[in-house]
Amino acid sequence: MASNEQTAKMSVQEMIAKQKGNKGKKWNEKAIPIILFIIASVSVLTTFGIVFTLIFETIEFFRRVPLLDFLLGTEWLPFSNNEPLFGILPLIAGTLKVTLIAVVVAVPFGLASAVYLSEYASDKTRRVIKPVLEVLAGVPTIVYGFFALTFVTPLLQQFIPELKIFNALSPGIVVGIMILPMIASLSEDAMSSVPNSIREGALALGGTKLEVAIKVVLPAALSGIMASIVLAVSRAIGETMIVSLAGGSTPRFDGDITGSIQTMTAYIVQVSTGDAGYGTTIYYSIYSVGFTLFLFTLLMNWLAHAISKRFREEY
Amino acid sequence: MRYIDHRTVIKRMSNRMLLNKVFKVIFFAATLFALLALGVLFYRIVTQGIGYLSPEFFMNFGSRFPEKAGINAALIGSLWMMAVVAPVSLIFGVGSAIYLEEYAKKSKINDFIRMNIANLAGVPSVVFGLLGLTIFVRALALGNSILAAGFTMSLLILPVIIVASQEAIRAVPKHLREASYGMGATKWQTIVKIVLPSAIPGILTGGILALSRAIGETAPLVVIGIPVIIQFLPENLLSQFTAMPMQIFDWAKRPQEEFQYVASAGIIVLMILLLLMNSIAVFIRNKFQKRY
Amino acid sequence: MVLLKVNNNKTTDEIVATQEFTDKKLVYDTQQLNLWYGNHHALKNIDLAIKENEVTAIIGPSGCGKSTYIKTLNRMVELVPSVKTSGKILYRDRNIFDADYSVEELRTKVGMVFQKPNPFPKSIFDNIAYGPRIHGIKNKKTLDEIVEQSLRGAAIWDEVKDRLNENAYGLSGGQQQRICIARALAIEPDVILMDEPTSALDPISTLKVEELVQELKQNYSIIIVTHNMQQAARISDQTAFFLNGEVVEFDQTDTIFSRPSDKRTEDYISGRFG
Repeated sequence: MASNEQTAKMSVQEMIAKQKGNKGKKWNEKAIPIILFIIASVSVLTTFGIVFTLIFETIEFFRRVPLLDFLLGTEWLPFSNNEPLFGILPLIAGTLKVTLIAVVVAVPFGLASAVYLSEYASDKTRRVIKPVLEVLAGVPTIVYGFFALTFVTPLLQQFIPELKIFNALSPGIVVGIMILPMIASLSEDAMSSVPNSIREGALALGGTKLEVAIKVVLPAALSGIMASIVLAVSRAIGETMIVSLAGGSTPRFDGDITGSIQTMTAYIVQVSTGDAGYGTTIYYSIYSVGFTLFLFTLLMNWLAHAISKRFREEY
Repeated sequence: MRYIDHRTVIKRMSNRMLLNKVFKVIFFAATLFALLALGVLFYRIVTQGIGYLSPEFFMNFGSRFPEKAGINAALIGSLWMMAVVAPVSLIFGVGSAIYLEEYAKKSKINDFIRMNIANLAGVPSVVFGLLGLTIFVRALALGNSILAAGFTMSLLILPVIIVASQEAIRAVPKHLREASYGMGATKWQTIVKIVLPSAIPGILTGGILALSRAIGETAPLVVIGIPVIIQFLPENLLSQFTAMPMQIFDWAKRPQEEFQYVASAGIIVLMILLLLMNSIAVFIRNKFQKRY
Repeated sequence: MVLLKVNNNKTTDEIVATQEFTDKKLVYDTQQLNLWYGNHHALKNIDLAIKENEVTAIIGPSGCGKSTYIKTLNRMVELVPSVKTSGKILYRDRNIFDADYSVEELRTKVGMVFQKPNPFPKSIFDNIAYGPRIHGIKNKKTLDEIVEQSLRGAAIWDEVKDRLNENAYGLSGGQQQRICIARALAIEPDVILMDEPTSALDPISTLKVEELVQELKQNYSIIIVTHNMQQAARISDQTAFFLNGEVVEFDQTDTIFSRPSDKRTEDYISGRFG
């Protein structure tokens, strides 16, 4: 025991001696959580930054343009020399046209893909298709925009002669393709988390796979599916480059999708690539439009969150 | 009395099974639609652009003449910008994740931070551009420099990195931390020596995917005012510069048909860069997944 | 002073006298320890005096508090956020709950081996060297010596001496547990706490670990939680029987297993519940 104790004494004493010289370590332990907290607060600062910036500059805008004119005006003519008009409804109409078309494309195809992947596909097939969907989701929007302008529009013009070079249909379809993977992937997640025991119960009653998928799984996963659609809509509303390249810059408050339009996002791009001087009403208008855009997407995101929270409670 | 008439059941059975088969095909076809769209996209881009990918293309700057247009300034500019985005977003992203997973206790402030990150993930990229314009370009007087664009992009991808890092840190098994604490290690020692080394593959994978998003984003650059007519390479972080998405945007907008091919060539370069980054991320994920 | 459950009607003084006669100091003296997980009163008025250089076993049915207790001894239980304690635990006459007794310092003297082997995803060498390294020892030669000494102490040196640079995850469950024991030994602790160390191991590895425990008690004090009564009977000197968060009986192992004083102990030992 004696010799073991001696070697034991040596290493323990070494450690204790070295530790006494490590008061710096204690300082470390106190300082590091504080530093990390500050780092984590940057995300909060960013949100405040966004909100304050938008509100600040928007207030400046409303010093020059009455609120009701902005909210209810049906003409958006900021560059007019005589009487610039700042009614936002045309821009909202443009955004809505593109978004609705995108939803009409993305939801059926996205959901169908989700059903196929979740209920029918073999493991091998799933392992091939899912990465492809991920690639689709990772294509930069500028590439999609280019595709819409140079391929989709000419193609559609062969079937729809009235279609102009800039329109709402083409970017709408391409935005739909862009958000399709989102709906497919999130809905498939929702359907996969429906317990197999439920499927087995339905199959044991003699149901076909179709009936099980439509009547049992889909309703069970409904909240998750709806949340995914709302999120995709939010993404479509905020889409910028596809509509900038293929949608045009003609704000119109009507229902036509074959001619040039302008969305909220495309307007911001138009002004930014132009020569609007700092301090002009046009400069401030990009903030008021941006703020409107921000409110729309915020609303959608909260909605999606509320829906998916209900989803989590059920399981 | 029986309510279920087996003759009726059998009569209906064949219809139902037919319906099942038909819809299986429909669902599969719908899935193929997405793949088809992707295929056509790639085919178009590659066939249009491949002819323009010459060494001159890489050495030239943007120009009014399609034959002389090149991607040099844009490519170098993008790389300079990423040299800012990578460290800034990783430090703040991983740091926030460490705080949230290892130190943050249940409190209103910490709930608020988490909610914020979730909200930020859904804000359109063009709004980040507005933020960058006001704060970095004007208020901090950085102008439309690499630094301003880099900071703006870092904020844009920050939520993605935070979430990916959080998941990687959470995946480190609790019993490894316990073993470390049991030997008298401090919290920070445990994080640096046990948690982070195990979480690094997941963090890197998520980080690289987030960075690949930053390379392709156009809208924030447009709003900040990144120019397209740049005939020089950047000298320092405060230099003006141009980036690949901006260059492609400019070429795509031009009316001359020639520029369509130039734009396609530019897109090919961008996609190759993205493919490279994604492959690295997948490689890292696969190589380190065998650990446990 | 020290309170012991009265055993065979001897008075406290007589028992204390016997203790002093055996000339062993107390390594852990728990006094009126209470512990709550939120509102759940998990440990109730625990008084337990554990002697050095002995193997003390803690037995009892699931949920009786034995794991909670052993994790309080090195304050690992505080990793759970809702934990509250009252009372004292003296480790060699120092209250471990004192504000100026850092938890890291305590854990340097009191090592722990867990139920499921948990080596780090590092090489065998780096696993053993982890403890010394975080406490400031950097010299390669010193580390080599410590690693060899610890692996010998855990009776696994011969099996791994040629693959110290291999990942510890390549070893079998039983070997991994002995690596964890070696890792705990590497910082030369005074006490080793073992929380059901063999419950995840096969019978042969269990035997090896039990033999190891008997050897180790010459130089260390060992407190071992086990749900396996036969194991407690085989390897321990003293045994404490926990039930519903209380110490029902604490005595020499022979006595507990042959002539327990409390009926509840007898019922548990004979398998009537648990």
